[in-house]
Amino acid sequence: MSLVLEAKNINKHFHQPKDFHVLKNISFGVKEGEFASIMGKSGSGKSTLLYILSTMDTDYDGELYLNNELVTGKSHQQLSRIRNESIGFVFQFHYLLSEFSVVENVMLPAKKLGKKSIAEIEHDAHQKLAMLHIEHLAHQKASRISGGEKQRVAIARALINDPAILMGDEPTGNLDSHNSENVFTIFKRLKEEQGLSLLVVTHDEDFAKRTDRIIEMEDGAIVKH
Amino acid sequence: MINWKVILGIAKTHLLSKMKSTVTATLGVTFGIGAYITLVSFMTGLNAMLDDLVLNQTPHIHLYNEIRPSENQPIDLFDEFKGTFNVVNSIKPKQSQKKIHNALPILDYLKNHTNVKGATPQLRAQIFYLSGNIELGGNLVGVDIMEEVRLSNIQDNIVEGSPEALKNNDNGILLGAGLAKKMSLKVGDRVQVSTVEGNIFPLKIVGIYQSGIAEIDNVQSFTNLKTVQRILGEAENYVTDINIKLFKIDGAEAMARRLEKQFETKAVDINEANAQFETGSNIRNMITYAVSITLLIVAGFGIYNILNMLIYEKMKDIAILKATGFSGKDVQLVFMSQAMIIGFVGGILGLLIGFILSNVIDQTPFETEALPTITTFPVNYNVAYYIIGITFALVSTFVAGYLPSNRAKKIDPVKIIRGT
Ligand SMILES: Nc1ncnc2c1ncn2[C@@H]1O[C@H](COP(=O)(O)OP(=O)(O)OP(=O)(O)O)[C@@H](O)[C@H]1O
Ligand SMILES: [Mg+2]
Repeated sequence: MSLVLEAKNINKHFHQPKDFHVLKNISFGVKEGEFASIMGKSGSGKSTLLYILSTMDTDYDGELYLNNELVTGKSHQQLSRIRNESIGFVFQFHYLLSEFSVVENVMLPAKKLGKKSIAEIEHDAHQKLAMLHIEHLAHQKASRISGGEKQRVAIARALINDPAILMGDEPTGNLDSHNSENVFTIFKRLKEEQGLSLLVVTHDEDFAKRTDRIIEMEDGAIVKH
Repeated sequence: MINWKVILGIAKTHLLSKMKSTVTATLGVTFGIGAYITLVSFMTGLNAMLDDLVLNQTPHIHLYNEIRPSENQPIDLFDEFKGTFNVVNSIKPKQSQKKIHNALPILDYLKNHTNVKGATPQLRAQIFYLSGNIELGGNLVGVDIMEEVRLSNIQDNIVEGSPEALKNNDNGILLGAGLAKKMSLKVGDRVQVSTVEGNIFPLKIVGIYQSGIAEIDNVQSFTNLKTVQRILGEAENYVTDINIKLFKIDGAEAMARRLEKQFETKAVDINEANAQFETGSNIRNMITYAVSITLLIVAGFGIYNILNMLIYEKMKDIAILKATGFSGKDVQLVFMSQAMIIGFVGGILGLLIGFILSNVIDQTPFETEALPTITTFPVNYNVAYYIIGITFALVSTFVAGYLPSNRAKKIDPVKIIRGT
């Protein structure tokens, strides 16, 4: 099976306040349709790695491939396009644009991509919201819904352009067990029904155990995968 | 590829959700542009009126003979004293030099010139006005009245009577307003004029002339050229001044120099005659622009501040946009379009306010003894000022928006998402 995402010898240093080797020789891959989780102690470099894998951080050594294409070294403009088209990202804190409605938040990345008409995008957005059981909130202001609902809106937004891979940095970190379970079920279903690849950082052992694979990090290095 | 619809959509949402700041910034621009339009329309209107007042009474080129001693004294013609150092004491000019020689051929020549709209002969005579036992010194200008009407604004200055009335009356006079007042005379009355030699002529007042400049109105009257020639006992070719109106005023100076050479008379062009006047206009314009630019800079700082604040508040939004695939340029355009929308709306409103205020000024009564033809404040409605105004608004908001939006472009989403 081919790799959706591949990291080869990724190293990263922080220079402030003093030189700190935060990621050490990270090499691993995520297969198509695979649901992988990353675990590790706080400060082991999980978030730092995820920012690099999501192309937002370009200050590293090594090579990053997405769908077997080298991403490292591309211009910011090209990377924006790649993020827009192929990567869905869910944050620990459900970052939504608070002045826009739920459905507008979901539609925005698709409007930026500009491949579909507004009507099609709107239809897609409603479909994603329905899949996550929050269609009734579509026209609410994003600032006026609960945390669990916001997280699901963020997932819908990450999925709107049918990305190659969905990444999450502790997407359930701020949710109660019920909502956590809910999000896990959604991820599982996306993998099974749509063959989506997922890479999720989590501190929740139960969550991780039920994924296809656990990647363990310690002090900036992968110790098991 | 830039997706303007999305970018403008985001910009619009930002502006609408921060209505207070948006309105403040917009009003800043509106105020600046409105003040500029009002000031510049009023100031240039005033300038034009004053220009009119002075310049329309000044011919483009004025030909006359200056009374001055001739440069070649008889001794210079005498061969035996050639090459020697001659001193002649107490040189006096000749009186006859007041007259322009060959005035009629000069007039003919000028009237056939392509850049000459018209040339009118004038005869200025020193006289005394007599009425009862009052005796006032002054001058009487003999003119071809219908030509003057065609070429200058003299008609505006005839506050009573008409130029036709003068044309039809060989003994008519358009009396200076100041003189009429001093001697308590009105249209239809008679006034006597006396030449320097003491010959007295009765003239009938057919109109009152008021230029608005007291020094003129207190001494000067107009009558037909022939009348003055008769009073002075001079022939029909006796003319002291020729006033020339041109089609293109730019050529005035060069032409004046040429005429001076060609006809051996003094020729003064309009720019020479009104040099100080130009300076006044320029200073008024400078004040107008200085005030307007100051207002716009203040408005620009307002926009700069508000955008900076907005970007600070929207850090998280910027990070999300970048994380979901908007490029730095897209983000910059979101904020630039906000600045430009503020500039455009504020600018258009400013033009409107400026137009309305100029209109109010235009309607405000302004009556003054000095300016008989003016009843309200003068306002110059020039499309160019409106174009400059909106351009100014757009340029200043562009500059004010550029720096903050550039900052937004460079924001590192990772830093924001990490929360540092
Ligand atoms: N901007 C920075 N400058 C310097 N050091 C940093 C910076 N950001 C993070 N670090 C350090 O890098 C290390 C890895 O941080 P990172 O956020 O990747 O950890 P993490 O594994 O995601 O931890 P957590 O589970 O608590 O989220 C930490 O020791 C942190 O102190
Ligand atoms: Mg982390």
